[in-house]
Amino acid sequence: MAKHIITLNTASLQKTIHIGGCGECQTSCQSACKTSCTVGNQVCQK
Amino acid sequence: MKLHKFYLNGVYIVLDINSGAVHIVDKIAFDVLDVFEGHNDAAVLAAFAGEYPATQLTEVLDELHALISQGLLFAPEVAVPPTYSVKPLVKSLCLHVAHDCNLRCGYCFAGTGDFGRDRGLMPKEVGERAVEFIIENSGPRRQSEIDFFGGEPLLNMETVRHVVEYARRREKETGKVFKLTLTTNGTLLTDDIIQYLNKNNISLVLSLDGRREVHDRMRPCADGSGSYDDALHWIHKTVQAREGQNYYLRGTFTAYNLDFAADVLAMADEGFTQLSVEPVIGKDTDYELKAEHLPALFRQYEELAQTYLDRKLAGNGFDFFHFNLDINNGPCVAKRLSGCGAGHEYFAVTPEGELYPCHQFVGREEYRLGNVFTGLEAARQPLVERFRQAHVLNKPECRRCWARFYCSGGCHANAHLFNGTIDKPYQVGCELQKKRLECALMIQAKLSLAQAGKSGREG
Ligand code: SF4
Ligand code: SF4
Repeated sequence: MAKHIITLNTASLQKTIHIGGCGECQTSCQSACKTSCTVGNQVCQK
Repeated sequence: MKLHKFYLNGVYIVLDINSGAVHIVDKIAFDVLDVFEGHNDAAVLAAFAGEYPATQLTEVLDELHALISQGLLFAPEVAVPPTYSVKPLVKSLCLHVAHDCNLRCGYCFAGTGDFGRDRGLMPKEVGERAVEFIIENSGPRRQSEIDFFGGEPLLNMETVRHVVEYARRREKETGKVFKLTLTTNGTLLTDDIIQYLNKNNISLVLSLDGRREVHDRMRPCADGSGSYDDALHWIHKTVQAREGQNYYLRGTFTAYNLDFAADVLAMADEGFTQLSVEPVIGKDTDYELKAEHLPALFRQYEELAQTYLDRKLAGNGFDFFHFNLDINNGPCVAKRLSGCGAGHEYFAVTPEGELYPCHQFVGREEYRLGNVFTGLEAARQPLVERFRQAHVLNKPECRRCWARFYCSGGCHANAHLFNGTIDKPYQVGCELQKKRLECALMIQAKLSLAQAGKSGREG
């Protein structure tokens, strides 16, 4: 058991380089006038 | 740059940028990472010899090496996914069904709704053609989105109703699925409209700026009176009628309310739980946010994050859009590159049917890309391609930025407004973005510690 580090997630972005890109997820505008969401808070639809 | 580490609210956090792994570390591991580069153990031991016992340093190094071998630390640079190079497919449209508005919001980029042009309502035929434009240009993709926008879209319910009916019919015929959203200031809602929007499963984005005085200062009616009471009355009714689901209550903060955390909480205290409050975009105005405001705004985000966390843990939480971070099932790399998709996957449609990269670009003539009747103009393809390529791995500032895969490169419209090019992000926006992300990561860390029954790793 690690004493110095707790890892919160094991999801790896790299694994999505070759899968993904299906584009079924929601659009994410980032400006003030819309349901602005940074992409980080989107959920993958797959 | 491969790591981003920071201390916030009692926790030391390390983000491994390229894998997306998030680690809570203790002080010694945090310090070690100032020197450690993945292989130079001897240098680490030498650098901290007087400060930490060798046994502890070795433990830390062992743990760090274990993470490296699992791909969760110093993960290699992310490449542009092969799926990204193919021709972009249209996935969403913003329909400006009314270039007109009953309010006169001080910061409205649409210039009181008319986008610097004649006040116009979108005819039904343009709406129909917009639906066909998505169907024709979305390839095999099933899900797409249509946002009824303005000005104030409730000023043209006739077209809204027509397009909804048309889109629902075409869904059955084509197998496509349209997610419909309507963005409104709320003041023109009626019981009949509320019922209609609920029945047709239309998501709502409702605008409110928090406290009454803040709201009324920036969101007056045409006669100069405040719009808060009206807006709040109808927004309450609407949200109740949809049982608190399927809406976002969103506001804008400006230099007039640098203490905007109070506005977010005012909305939460009204009983709303789906909140988003964002920095205004303005240039050469009294209300614009400037670099000198950043320290105050950072403190606001930190305070807000603390209250957000306290309320969540106490069981009376609310969602604040920028703090909702999914670190386990976030989007794929392709999505993180395409970001908002403006100009290649996402377009705005004017009442006349003209296509622009997004709602913010409407009226910036050099960015007109075509129209829904004849499609994107061949001569404008290079511009579409420029938008597609203006992603975080191609923009110099973003390539160096730790937030690149969360932010996805910021807003092109702001970049263009402030820097005259979509390739150089708007700096004040970047600083706010990074602060929000640190807060969001801290919240994730604190929530998971709370779940595990630990209070933090102070020392
Ligand atoms: S837009 Fe700014 S915050 Fe976002 S990735 Fe680029 S440099 Fe970083
Ligand atoms: S360019 Fe800016 S305003 Fe336009 S869709 Fe993208 S993030 Fe939103």
